[in-house]
Amino acid sequence: MKRRDFLKSVTGVAAGAMVPAPAIWSPAKADARSETLLLVTENGPNNLDIHGVGTNRPGYETSWNCYDRLISHETKTLPDGTLSYDRDKFKPELAEDMNIGDMSVTFKLKKSAKFHDGTPVTANDVKWSLDRAVSVGGFPTVQMKAGSLVNKEQFVVVDDNTVRVDFIKKDRLTVPDLAVIVPGVYNSGLLKSKATEKDPWALDYTKSNIAGSGAYKVTSWKPGVEVVYERNDDWVGGKLPQLKKVIWRTIPSQGNRRALMERGDADISFDLSSKDTAEMKKEGKLVIISNPIGNGMYSVELNVKNPPFDNEKVRQAVAYALPYQKIMDAAMFGLANPLFGGPSNNVTDITWPAKTGYSDNIAKAKALMAESGVSGIDTTISFDLGAGDICEPISVLVQESLGQLGIKTTINKVPGANWRSEMAKKSMPLMVNFFSGWLDYPEYFFFWCYSGQNAIFNTPSYVNKDMDTLIDAASAAAAVGDKDKYAKNVEGFISKAYNEVPRIPLFQPFLNVATQKSISGYVYWFHRQVDYRSLVKA
Amino acid sequence: MLLTIAKRLVTVIPTLIGVIIVTFLLTRVLPGDPAVYFAGPAATPQSVAEIRKSLGLDRSLPDQFIRYVNDLAHGNFGNSLSTGQPVASEITSRLPASAELTFFGLFLAIGIAVPLGILAAVKQGSWVDHLCRIVATAGVSLPVFFTGLLLVYLFYFELGWSPAPIGRLDAFATAPKDITGFYLIDSLITGNFETFRAALSQLILPAFTLGIFSLAPITRMTRASMLAVLASDFVRTARASGLSGRTVILTYAFRNAMLPVVTTLGMVFSFLLGANVLVEKVFAWPGIGSYAVEALLQSDFAPVQGFVLTMAVLYVALNLMIDMLYTVIDPRVRLEA
Repeated sequence: MKRRDFLKSVTGVAAGAMVPAPAIWSPAKADARSETLLLVTENGPNNLDIHGVGTNRPGYETSWNCYDRLISHETKTLPDGTLSYDRDKFKPELAEDMNIGDMSVTFKLKKSAKFHDGTPVTANDVKWSLDRAVSVGGFPTVQMKAGSLVNKEQFVVVDDNTVRVDFIKKDRLTVPDLAVIVPGVYNSGLLKSKATEKDPWALDYTKSNIAGSGAYKVTSWKPGVEVVYERNDDWVGGKLPQLKKVIWRTIPSQGNRRALMERGDADISFDLSSKDTAEMKKEGKLVIISNPIGNGMYSVELNVKNPPFDNEKVRQAVAYALPYQKIMDAAMFGLANPLFGGPSNNVTDITWPAKTGYSDNIAKAKALMAESGVSGIDTTISFDLGAGDICEPISVLVQESLGQLGIKTTINKVPGANWRSEMAKKSMPLMVNFFSGWLDYPEYFFFWCYSGQNAIFNTPSYVNKDMDTLIDAASAAAAVGDKDKYAKNVEGFISKAYNEVPRIPLFQPFLNVATQKSISGYVYWFHRQVDYRSLVKA
Repeated sequence: MLLTIAKRLVTVIPTLIGVIIVTFLLTRVLPGDPAVYFAGPAATPQSVAEIRKSLGLDRSLPDQFIRYVNDLAHGNFGNSLSTGQPVASEITSRLPASAELTFFGLFLAIGIAVPLGILAAVKQGSWVDHLCRIVATAGVSLPVFFTGLLLVYLFYFELGWSPAPIGRLDAFATAPKDITGFYLIDSLITGNFETFRAALSQLILPAFTLGIFSLAPITRMTRASMLAVLASDFVRTARASGLSGRTVILTYAFRNAMLPVVTTLGMVFSFLLGANVLVEKVFAWPGIGSYAVEALLQSDFAPVQGFVLTMAVLYVALNLMIDMLYTVIDPRVRLEA
């Protein structure tokens, strides 16, 4: 090796690299830009199939856009002019017709529907797909169960183009549950050929391949980098989308996602932090859309199984001690709906999430604390570090306010990977947490968070027979359409939950999206992912 | 020579066995239950158990270990749960991305640091020496994510000279055919100059960020070893013999000062390769460091094991290469020594 040559060549490379290379657009590329959407988010999918083991939320987005379901929801315009899915109105997607009977629902399929490989969609594909959803285990099976869809025998092929879903019991959530992401229709012929003895549902294949009939197909997927979609021009599930191509890039740095939007290089940045949203709204360069997350709330949760929070008075004291408005301003920059300061803890309508009657009232809190006879409390506040930008300021404010009641607390930051298992242990005494349900009904929220089945989301371990009776009665009333009885029970369980406060609601957060001014047609969906099919680029 | 290499390789085997055992055990004792994590939002104990079984986590530790070693022997690193891909293919696609960035950054650093270090040693106490000290101190004390964000803000957001920091290529450019995995090289081989320019322009900012960070050790090491050599007898003799300053410094002094510099380079390189996570995050660079860290955060065992193993092998190979280089630079060095 000759050092001099080496040195020369090194400095040469360095000098050459320092000349900034201008971005050169060939005309073909500029054309492609106008029909292509560039979407940036923090994370990308880990699996293209929602039935897969451990598919993450971005993976749901791919499933939603690449597979069709029998039915979907209509879109409605909200009072603030933004678009949202309509919880109560269904529209056919693969089905051309839905007929709800007493103990079953029958779907006629669109005859022209084809999978991406050209094979027609038949009733057998639908049955195989629904069988798959209730059989693979894990999340998809649990989600199906939420709508009382449990057995393969419930899905019946009537003829080539007709499928019937039998009910095991009357349940208002059955039909909405057929419109969530999980019951997508898969190409059973293709997947059966890919199945093996160990993998009878071909989960390995659908992990990185699409076997659907949806509006978009995945043309390239580089995990952790990008997903590239192309429009399926033969789609019959709805109006043909305008965008021919969608490029979804993973940009981990929040600052860079914002820079890309403000420079006009990206078209949509999805799921913004409250801080960015507030600042970008002020600047006014982009369209910022904020929708309240349906059936979702941040709350302070108290473990009622163990002292000191097994004492109702202590829980109420905590609920009166929290600086709610300060919390909302610090954590959410005001971008949330308050769930505090209502007229009373005894609610008189079924609006959900409802405001509690609690507000910042330290004198009352101190009085309740004295009444409880408990003192010298030393406990921990836990939160999921994965949601640290929201939960950390809340925890600090909670810590400070509890100090005034003489409750000493230390803050326990739980890494994202451990949060679920910590929740499952049900040993955390006090935590800041978020829950939201896909199916936007109060009884669904209570089924997960308050019922005696003590699901993982019932972090306070609140088990109460009267509560269960109210929840069951509300579900039963909803199933037969008895509105008065339903309202009475819903008001009942909300009031009971608010008076006994195993969890103290704080606020309902917003889902924030930034788009360029040339983009329209963004719709808020219950699953909190982007639907590319309605997007239009001018 | 070949025999020496073979001898060196034999001594590597116990190291690798140790690495395999330690990484396996470490990932198992980490807190966090992958089955619960991957069971998703609405998990029931039953669905968690189903997932635990499908991940093979219900088996005993020794059983899991035997399966792991058996898979390794067949070149199977297992599957990553977080990206859903085989770890081996993820590493082979991500390692070149990291390596390309690290090499480029290191070359930039060498190009600045070595001449600066030599000048600082030759003109000790002058303004160059002070500049050298300032550059080194600033480089090492500015955290890379800060330099990275600052460069992005300045050159992309404010000036618009640099392309959007969205990874190795612009969203609308197509990647070159995969030959070496290095986009710069692949695009040149295939004669695709548009892609070459796109890849190069994406590379400059992250490479500079890395380069600035690695300036410090290289400059300081060059300066220190040059100072020692310049004070030695043979340099004085060379000067007394009337050789030009250039010949004395570059031919005689620098060659003798290179050994510690090369050692430092090797260390800086292997450190950067795994530790440039922050740069990768800021520039959305699909590298190996961010891959491993993300996997770790999600209790995703296989990629972490694969990463540690790959880095161990690389480190061993790199050390071997540097040892070889020693004999080229300084014939007095013998490998047996």
